[in-house]
This record gives sequence, C-alpha cells and structure tokens, in this order.
Amino acid sequence: MLEVKDLHVTVEGSEILKGLNLTVNPGEVHALMGPNGAGKSTLSAVVAGKDGYEVTSGEVLFEGKNLLEMEIEERALAGILLGFQYPVEIPGVKNIYLLKAALNAQRVARGEEEIPAPEFMKLVREQLSFMKMDGSFLQRAVNEGFSGGEKKRNEILQMLVLQPKLAMLDEIDSGLDIDAMKVVAEGVNSLRSADRAILMVTHYQRLLEHIVPDHVHVLVDGRIVKSGDKDLANELEARGYEWVLEESAA
Amino acid sequence: MASQEMEELVSREYTQGFVTDIESDTVPPGLDENTIAFISNKKGEPEWMLEWRLEAYRQWLQMTTPSWAHLDYPPIDYQAISYYSAPKKQEDKPQSLDEVDPKLLETYEKLGIPLHERAALAGVAVDAVFDSVSVTTTFKEKLAEAGVIFCSISEAIREYPELVRQYLGSVVPQGDNYFAALNSAVFTDGSFVYVPEGVECPMELSTYFRINAANTGQFERTLIVCDKRAQVSYLEGCTAPQRDENQLHAAVVELVALEDANIKYSTVQNWYPGDEDGKGGIYNFVTKRGDCRGDRSKISWTQVETGSAITWKYPSCMLRGKDSVGEFYSVAVTNGRQQADTGTKMIHIGEGTRSTIISKGIAAGRSDQAYRGLVKVGPRAKNARNFTQCDSLLIGDRCGAHTFPYQEIGNNSATVEHEATTSKIGEDQLFYCQARGISEEDAVNMIVNGFCKDVFQELPMEFAVEAEALLNVTLEGAVG
Ligand SMILES: Nc1ncnc2c1ncn2[C@@H]1O[C@H](COP(=O)(O)OP(=O)(O)OP(=O)(O)O)[C@@H](O)[C@H]1O
Ligand SMILES: [Mg+2]
Repeated sequence: MLEVKDLHVTVEGSEILKGLNLTVNPGEVHALMGPNGAGKSTLSAVVAGKDGYEVTSGEVLFEGKNLLEMEIEERALAGILLGFQYPVEIPGVKNIYLLKAALNAQRVARGEEEIPAPEFMKLVREQLSFMKMDGSFLQRAVNEGFSGGEKKRNEILQMLVLQPKLAMLDEIDSGLDIDAMKVVAEGVNSLRSADRAILMVTHYQRLLEHIVPDHVHVLVDGRIVKSGDKDLANELEARGYEWVLEESAA
Repeated sequence: MASQEMEELVSREYTQGFVTDIESDTVPPGLDENTIAFISNKKGEPEWMLEWRLEAYRQWLQMTTPSWAHLDYPPIDYQAISYYSAPKKQEDKPQSLDEVDPKLLETYEKLGIPLHERAALAGVAVDAVFDSVSVTTTFKEKLAEAGVIFCSISEAIREYPELVRQYLGSVVPQGDNYFAALNSAVFTDGSFVYVPEGVECPMELSTYFRINAANTGQFERTLIVCDKRAQVSYLEGCTAPQRDENQLHAAVVELVALEDANIKYSTVQNWYPGDEDGKGGIYNFVTKRGDCRGDRSKISWTQVETGSAITWKYPSCMLRGKDSVGEFYSVAVTNGRQQADTGTKMIHIGEGTRSTIISKGIAAGRSDQAYRGLVKVGPRAKNARNFTQCDSLLIGDRCGAHTFPYQEIGNNSATVEHEATTSKIGEDQLFYCQARGISEEDAVNMIVNGFCKDVFQELPMEFAVEAEALLNVTLEGAVG
C-alpha cells in the first residue's frame, strides 16, 4: 500500500530524513518510535504533502502511484489521512461543517452524490457516541478551545467518518487521560481491517497495549535502524534507545 | 389616514416613485446653479427644496476633497460629469445576454442569481418587470396595512414634504463633508422610509424590490425615519456585481431613530471593482449616519463590502438619547488592486450610551485596506461603553491592512475597549483542511467565512447566504 524507498528530505537546508525505507501493506498496523527530533513527524508530513519539505531523492508510492507528484488534497482523496500531533484551530468554522465538507469532497472525487443531510447526521452521531463525545462538539469551531485530549478524540472522529485506507496518527496518545486512551484506541481498532493500514507514531508502550501493532520500527536520525514485532516496543520501554543506537552503529 | 387611501398612496409609489422621469432629457456635463435648478424643476420640487440644494452647492464650492484617507486615486473632474441623465433608452442597451461580458454572466451563475434577473442586472433591455408581480403586490398590501411609507425620495418630497423637510439633512447636514455637500446639491434618486409610532415594519425593506435599482444613479439619497417604538430592517444592495457607467458614486444615507425605535440597516455592496488593474472600477464615497435621537433607541449597521475600485465609507452613529445603542458590523474584502478606507464613528453624547464595533477586513492580491474608527465620548455621556474589535486577515504577501483607531474620551466614567489582530491566512489551517481532502480554494473560503462569522450572523438570513457566496467569488484565485 505505502512504499517509502530511500527517502532523503531536507528542511530549511538541513537533511532530516536520510535514506528512509518503509513498506506498509494492507491490513497491517505499524508503530513508529524513536527519540525526539528523529524525523517521525517529518515522515508523515512528507507523505501527506505538506509544503516546506524538499525531497532530494527517493520515492514514495501509494498503491503504486507516485505520491510526491500529487497535491495535498489529492493524497487525502486517494485515501490517506493524517491525524495531527497538534490539531489546528479554525475559528468560526463549525466542526460539523468541516466534517461534511471533507466527506463530500471524497464522495464527489469518487463520482458520487453529496451525502444527504439526514444520512450524514446519523453517521456522525453514531461515531460521536462511539468516541464518547458530546453533541456540542459538532457545533463548536474546529478544535477551538478544545482540550488536548478532546482535540485528539476529534482527530479520530474525523478518521471514523472519513474511513481512510491509510491512517497516519502522529502521537495520538499524547495528552490523553487513561479513559480517553481506551476510547481512542477502540476508535482506531474499529478501523482495522484487511484492506486498511495504520501507521502510528508514539513514544509509549501503553498505546501499543491497546492497539497491538504488527510491526514496530525505530527511527533514529532520519533512518529506520531497527524493526521488529510488538516485543520490540516492550524492549524499548524497558531499555530506552541507547542500545539500539549502539547496535546500529556497530 | 384611511387604509384605502394609504393603499393608493403606496401603490402609486410603485407606478411613479421608482419608475418616473423615463421621458426626461439629459443635461450636458458640468455643474452650476442652473444645473441644480434644472434637476429640481425636473423633479417637480417645491421652492424650499431648490433653496436647500443651492445652499449645499454654495458650501461645496468652498470645500476641498478630503485627502487624509488612506487612498490613492486620480483627481475627479466634476465638470465632466453629467448630473442629470435620463435612463438609457432600450435601444441603446445590449439587446440580449449574448452581448454581455461572459465573465459577468459566469459570476451571476456562481452567485445563484435567478436567470430572469440576470438580464436586468447586466443592463440588458428588458421590458417586462422581472420581479414577480404577486410578490410586489403582497408586499405593497402589507406595508399599507401597517402604515409604513416606503417610496422614492423624489416622490416623498412631493407627497410628504413636511416629513422630508423635518428630517432631511438633520443627520448629515448639507455641508458635512465634500461628498455629502455634492450629493445634497445634485441628488436625483434614493429611498424614503417612515415607520409610524409603535409600528414594527412587517417585512424587511429592500432596494431589491425596486426593479430598476440597477440604475440607482450616482448620487443616491436615502432617508429612514423610525418614530417612537417603531422598528425596521432595511436591506441595501445586492450581491450581483453592479456595473455603472458612472465612475463616481457619492450617496448619503440618513437614519433617525426616535424614542425606543430600532433601525437595522444591512448592506451588501458589490460595485464593479474594475479589471485586474482597477480600470473602469467604481469610486464609492458614501456618507452614512444614524442618529439615535430618542432615549433607548438603537441603530445597527451591518455591511459586507466587496466591490468598488475605491471605497471611502464610515457608517456612524450619533448616540444622543439616554441609553441609546449603536452597532457596526462590517466585513470588507479587497482583492486585485482595490482600495478601501472604511470604518465607523460612534459619537457618545447621551448618558449610558453603548456601542459595539466588529470589523473584519480581508485583503488579498495587491489590495490595500484601512480601518478607521473613531469612538468619541462627550462630557455628558456618563457611563458610556464601547467595545471595538477589528481583525484583519491577509491572503498572500502583496496586500496590506492598516488599523487606525481614534479615541476621544471626554468623560472618565466611560469604558472603552479596543482589540485588534492581524493575521495571515494560516498555512497550518490550510494544510489541515487540505489533508482532509478539501481543495485549497474551498479551504480558503471556509477559513475566511469562519473569520467573518461574527458579522454574517448579524445579517438577515437570506443576505447571509448570499454574502458567503459573494465572498467566495470575490476571493477566487486569491491563493495559489
Ligand atoms: N520547519 C522546520 N524548520 C526547521 N527544522 C525543522 C522543521 N521541521 C522539522 N525540523 C527539524 O527536523 C527534525 C525532525 O523533526 P520531527 O518533527 O520530524 O521529529 P519527531 O521525530 O517527530 O520528534 P518528536 O518525537 O519530538 O515529535 C527536528 O530536529 C526538527 O527541529
Ligand atoms: Mg513529532
């Protein structure tokens, strides 16, 4: 589904990704871990198409298509959804309005009709109660004044409504209380299926107890230096990154 | 007045007021006392009206064009303007929509203007009245029942001279400013509204009902009087881009609210801004002022400005009555090479007066806009309160927005708050929306409309929807 091949990316003159390789297949859940500043958010931003990142060499393919030539919204319409580490506030724009515009953009791109209002409300209400969110969130401006945890839930709500093929979730667990962590994890798990894939950036083993990954990768200094299964996450939790660095230097 | 009589009067306003003087001549360009006498005579005005105009003219001669506004435009040759011209003859107009600029038609389509109205707006010769007859009839009946007078200013001068004489110029005196003086001397059309004591006008009054509003003329004069405990909501303008041969527009709008009266005046203005270099655009110099003359009266201005090459406009409130309230909600959008210098003045004279100013400016392209607001609190205005918020949103980096808040506080019991922000349209906000599959253009529209929400929610429902569509069309191609 997603293939990243020898990706080199420069931000404002300095190289951040230095030959990154990653393959994500349908049905898989990948966890991306690694020290602060390693380039995890950079990778998801480049896949989503954010401006300001210069790809100096390498390839990023999604279902065989060259992502790097596609506009941001084309990538989203192709089925990629980025859950933000820091969701953005948009004053005056109702949350429900953004949801509807996003869903309709998808439907129109697929040559379908815009969703009828009652059907949309039903869909949103279902997902809203699944995320244990109050109906008032729909009427509030996008992320404005939301608490850290509420913003994260809102990202998952969008994901549940938009049903992406590839969800990239950047530190979706940060700022969540224990109960919210469970709700968010249930949300993500409900999306797991044979034709979808999930790429999660996280610093904590705790999230991975709720959303059990098929693969765990360690990103250090712009490269994936070690990959394994969920046991690798346990080991990292116990031992930190030091040994991985030493191992990869050796 | 018997309701039957009233009905007759009101129906006459539609057969005469707005559609009169079709057969008249045009005076050659130039302005002197003879021109003014000609206009007054053509309008069948009483002697006092002519005197009033001449007084204005003599004052105007002594005045100079304001130069302090943050605007740049070539000097206007007032002797090159024709101050009275008959509406264009049918055969001089485009004969069908095929002869009209396709771009203009495209815009109408985007704004959702009904097909049968597009022709009239584009200035095509249409002989049939395009608004549905039934709408107009019901409208007239309802107003007559309520005793509301709504007619052209020319008709009002003839039919209700006492009312006009009492209130005309009582808010904006003839010599108030350069453009108001010119308007007072030569105005040829406009609207008059009188809502009698205790009457709540049964519907929103709209220039939209004036079928030939597309030719409003360049010196429009509007006078709205709300008697004690009366209420009215008046809508001016239309979202369709209006073209006009006349480059200079200098309207005057006067509002008078007596005790406990409430006037809401909403404008959606979309004059032709000119081509990309601003050529052919309208210069819009307007004087709009409301007088809260009675205690507890309220005047609220809401405006959405998107058109014109140059706009110079400061709807204001004189808060004389005790506990009277003034409000100003404004969205100004400039794109291309447009220039706008707008704002408001809130003059607190009476005790306990309150005012609110919410101004949202959006600049794109190479446009430039300034907000200029004056809050003045007089010595008698004990416990006066003002809250001002002005926000500017820049799209791209070749446009500019400036804020000039002036405060003159002559009373230390007053509370005056001012908040101002300038932001660039957030790259992060755009990315967030686009990463959800929303196109850049739709994302800009969404963010801008969100930015303007506080003002849009003050607009009457139907206007609010149109205003959003209008904003989207105005900002087309602003990004990318
Ligand atoms: N716009 C930018 N300008 C300058 N440097 C940047 C920019 N964006 C990212 N970087 C740098 O790139 C490096 C990688 O950043 P990135 O956000 O991808 O790290 P991360 O792995 O997500 O870290 P964290 O775990 O702290 O979220 C950091 O050193 C960061 O300072
Ligand atoms: Mg990060």
